[in-house]
Amino acid sequence: MTRAKDWTAALLLPLVTVVGLPLFWTVSGARWSKSLPSPAKTWEVSKPYVLEPFGKRGELDQGILRFTWYSLLLVAKGYALALIIGTPLGFALGLSPLFARSFDPLIQVLRPVSPLAWLPLGFVLFERSQPAALFTIAVCAMWPTVLNTALGVRAIPQDYLNVARVLKLSPSKRLFKILIPATLPYMFTGFRLSLGLAWLVIVAVEMLTGTPGVGGFLWQEYNSLVYEHIILCILTIGLVGFTLDRLMGAVERRFQAS
Amino acid sequence: MAFLVMSGVRKGYGPAGRRVSVLRDIDLELEKGEFVAIVGYSGSGKTTLLSIAAGLVAPDAGQVWLDGREVTHPGPDRGVVFQNYSLLPWMTVRDNVALAVDQVFPQWSRERRGEHVDRHIAMVNLSSARDKKPAQLSGGMRQRVAVARALAMDPQVLLLDEPLGALDALTRATLQEEIARIWADDRKTVVMVTNDVDEGILLADRIVPLTAGPDATLGPPVVVDLPRPRRRKALNHVPRFKEIRGTVIDFLLGPGAPRATGSGLARGCLGSRPIEVGA
Repeated sequence: MTRAKDWTAALLLPLVTVVGLPLFWTVSGARWSKSLPSPAKTWEVSKPYVLEPFGKRGELDQGILRFTWYSLLLVAKGYALALIIGTPLGFALGLSPLFARSFDPLIQVLRPVSPLAWLPLGFVLFERSQPAALFTIAVCAMWPTVLNTALGVRAIPQDYLNVARVLKLSPSKRLFKILIPATLPYMFTGFRLSLGLAWLVIVAVEMLTGTPGVGGFLWQEYNSLVYEHIILCILTIGLVGFTLDRLMGAVERRFQAS
Repeated sequence: MAFLVMSGVRKGYGPAGRRVSVLRDIDLELEKGEFVAIVGYSGSGKTTLLSIAAGLVAPDAGQVWLDGREVTHPGPDRGVVFQNYSLLPWMTVRDNVALAVDQVFPQWSRERRGEHVDRHIAMVNLSSARDKKPAQLSGGMRQRVAVARALAMDPQVLLLDEPLGALDALTRATLQEEIARIWADDRKTVVMVTNDVDEGILLADRIVPLTAGPDATLGPPVVVDLPRPRRRKALNHVPRFKEIRGTVIDFLLGPGAPRATGSGLARGCLGSRPIEVGA
């Protein structure tokens, strides 16, 4: 009885969004927002972009996955930069109370700053859009990595540190044999959250810099009044973000299990 | 001078003014190859005493000397087996032991170190679990890994902090015999702290009672002059065994008892389980 109920629930509840949202979308387009394209129209106009996802008809007219690929490349670079800066910073914060006390206020102030605010500073600093974009992604995405790594280092049990002391491990051995492995689960939680942020930032960055990618495409199509493609881009951004989070989640669980 | 000496050691915790004294006037001397058991109540500062001997905790006053040199830092010449095993969960049994061996004998060849690791794992009967992670092992097996790791460092002193405290009675009995066997083989100098009087008598040459904390200190030592090897089951009928046990327990329940609480509670804290268990 309850099992049958579970089954119907598992099948019916997702249907609410699958059926309900397009319905709401259609009604909205017909009633109060005349410029909103209908789902059918959206599909029609997006079709060449989806069915030929890697097609390239021109600089501003490429398949949706090709645009996604450009965005992913940029995110990968910015994200790598965030990890390269964020992880050692997190270790320093976790290991040295003195360092933590000097830099914690600064971190708390910089952390809530929006990517839209960092980007112009990036332009001022680097004068070109690509490095400015990387700077913005890195500086926005690194905080979860910094804070989780610091938390993980502070949470290392005294026992493990005592082992290092009794064995008189050298600083580098202590770092690679004890501190890093003990912190890994926390670090990966930070990495996952950072990746989510980096993907969030990329769209804003592409819009403002005009770099080719899903975000850039979205902004360009808004300006060319092809509203169908805005919806296509939103769906793509959401699905890619979801996939990235799931992938990182799987990696994270692996490290927590061991 | 004796091999291991603690003289006038005092230690307290907490901020100045509200500092709680844990240990005072700790004087202890061990000859080379001697096995001493420090028996006392839970929370009386046994772990602190051992940590001071290991150099992990600095005493407020007094010194520790090992083989004529003052102990100021932890080091691999004092192998510590911690109460909660302290194995690194991301390493296999073999890697846990190898980490210690590689560190202590860097001058040896790779083969010799590997052999040394394997021999010590075999010594505690864990060869079949060599490639397992600590999480896959039972409590008793983890404790044996910790013992193997400490022995493989070939330390001058072995410091055992309630090494069997977290184990069930049956596993505890098996491991006690294993420790006795290993000790008989290479006669290390051992300081073991425990709350189990019988365990002390079974393993040690000398029992030193520790009074209840706070402000604990060592009581008069009792020499365990029972012949080895000692069998748990046989011991139970030896009058001298009962005599030693009586002396230690009388001290711990009399002069060494907690001051504020009655001896009813004290009896609960002391491990004087019937010795037939797990024999």
